[in-house]
Amino acid sequence: MTTSEKILTPTSILDELKKLGVTHIVWLPDTESRFLYDAVSTDPDIKLVPVCREGEAIPIAMGLILAGQKPVCMIQSTGFYESGDAVRGLALDVGLPLLIFIGYRGFKRDGPIVDSAATYLEPVLGAWGMEYHLVETDEDVGRISVAYAETQEKSKPVAVLIGAEYQQG
Amino acid sequence: MIPGIEALKIISRNQGDSVMITTETPYTVWDSISERREFHLPLINSMSKASSIGLGLALGRPDLKVQVVDSDGSLLMNLGSLVTIANMAPENFVHFVYQNNVYGLSGAQPLPGAGKFSFTGMAEAAGYTNVFEFDELEEFALTLPEILEKPGPTLVCLMVEDSGPKPNIPPRMTKHAYPEVRDAIAGMPKG
Repeated sequence: MTTSEKILTPTSILDELKKLGVTHIVWLPDTESRFLYDAVSTDPDIKLVPVCREGEAIPIAMGLILAGQKPVCMIQSTGFYESGDAVRGLALDVGLPLLIFIGYRGFKRDGPIVDSAATYLEPVLGAWGMEYHLVETDEDVGRISVAYAETQEKSKPVAVLIGAEYQQG
Repeated sequence: MIPGIEALKIISRNQGDSVMITTETPYTVWDSISERREFHLPLINSMSKASSIGLGLALGRPDLKVQVVDSDGSLLMNLGSLVTIANMAPENFVHFVYQNNVYGLSGAQPLPGAGKFSFTGMAEAAGYTNVFEFDELEEFALTLPEILEKPGPTLVCLMVEDSGPKPNIPPRMTKHAYPEVRDAIAGMPKG
């Protein structure tokens, strides 16, 4: 089976987040994450904090960390660009140990990338000195724990790029 | 109109065990008028996000009162936060808006729509539990203790004018204050 034939399921992501003790997901859903949203919104162990605009997500997570909670943010790449000042002024400058899931809209492992939402993502992360890990299938979800450990050890934000749409499974 | 610094002094006198988050003009004076700066996070380097940080803190520690001293220009940049806050409905959240109708830190340029919009109207329509507006100092001072007893989310708009010299104490940077406030909060027993 090739990488492209494997799938990414909401259950695998949720199980990994629970293993890490994540308490809140601060989230603005995107088209790729529908099935994950359905799973999280009915899960009793992790609280969902829906936002109107992605720029709210980082500061809400900052307040949750201030309170001793363990939030993660989930936004699309387009929303990550919109969140730029909060990423700069809060996550990076303050040094928040924060995992940011970014929907990698337009990413194609085997084909040409034509969506600028994908074209600029890794260069922007690189320009900000942000480390990131790519998750495309259930076999990759262990990278979430690796990324989380980096946030805690280095007290800084780390991104997890979701390179595939979630599938029911 | 309320002299701005007098409004902030009244809020400070009623701080109690609350955690304070200030931004824009209010952060420039808060450390000089508060006796509990270990419970004060000045938000300096990311305009408009004070209300969102306050929401996260209020959700994460529902046993603590969280008071955000926002500014008008700042809240205009993050109006969606009114809906987000009302949706999550934290009872321990009080949201002051310091409304002087100008960008005070950049030379007092007028806000777009100054005199036309209403923060209390927007907050009420968004679903805040309580909204108040004051333009008279004594009435604000007399009413505030009662307001702070109400389950929120609560928005209090203060129609102020900046006047008089500001205290000459430079505000702490957010990144320096953050660990102090985090540790102070962690040291407060959960009730």
